[in-house]
Amino acid sequence: MAPLAPKTGDAVFASIDRVNAELFTLTYGAMVRQLLTDLEEVDEVNKQLDQMGYNIGIRLIDEFLAKSNVSRCVDFKETADVIAKVGFKMFLGVAAAVTNWDAEGTSFSLVLEDNPLVDFVELPDTCQGLHYCNILSGVIRGALEMVSMKTEVTWVRDMLHGDDAYELRVKLLKQVPEEYPYKDDE
Amino acid sequence: MDTNDSLRLASLWHSMHAISQQLSPTTGCAGIELLQADTFDLHCFQSLTGTKFFVVCELGTLHMEALLKVIYELYTDYVLKNPFYEIEMPIRCELFDLNLSQAIQKDRIALLGR
Repeated sequence: MAPLAPKTGDAVFASIDRVNAELFTLTYGAMVRQLLTDLEEVDEVNKQLDQMGYNIGIRLIDEFLAKSNVSRCVDFKETADVIAKVGFKMFLGVAAAVTNWDAEGTSFSLVLEDNPLVDFVELPDTCQGLHYCNILSGVIRGALEMVSMKTEVTWVRDMLHGDDAYELRVKLLKQVPEEYPYKDDE
Repeated sequence: MDTNDSLRLASLWHSMHAISQQLSPTTGCAGIELLQADTFDLHCFQSLTGTKFFVVCELGTLHMEALLKVIYELYTDYVLKNPFYEIEMPIRCELFDLNLSQAIQKDRIALLGR
């Protein structure tokens, strides 16, 4: 059977069930707020959001692959484009732009002009260190880890901190070979 | 087939699949996709994350790749989205079982109607 043609982010986005955007935004807000109450420290909240994102990412990747029909990426550049154009569009409803490649081609930036997570958010002075959308970086890290790429994902720009866009830096640390860990000779 | 049989078949298949990758004369081989025996066919699909799905069917049954693809989608919907499912553990999700048998039923009707 010929492999199915990959779908665009728009096509997948149109075909899956969605919830009301406000419900989603407000639920996320309530969750972050509760984490702040429970953990008290902003750094701990950042860490927790990242961990929650990671847990989501390692499951989400399969849905992404199953529904978008994308095949194995030939290089990291293609991976970046697929995340930005298909992944973000499919799950968040907005596409991201890929920019600022470094010379080695191992790290790039995802720029989001529009971010549905932050629709009603104004950060108070007490939470200036909070990466409100830290869950997203965790999702990307988790998802890429399941397709054998170890990455580090950090926030560079954040509109809640007064920047002009959201910028996520994705750095490829290493590619884990998929071979089974059989030690035949040992 | 009881749980032990399933586990035995799955682990046997997993190893054969891995060996076939290493034995294959072509580079970048993704492992066995179809095993044709005297009495049955075994179709296997491996997702890019490494999860394998396989179906054992009568000789020459058609459209098994498409069925496996449907099962992969059901797995992402009803297993991975169940917050109480632990990853890499045996699947005990009623919704998955239900939708799986419906998918297979539908497939069978489509085949018989041909």
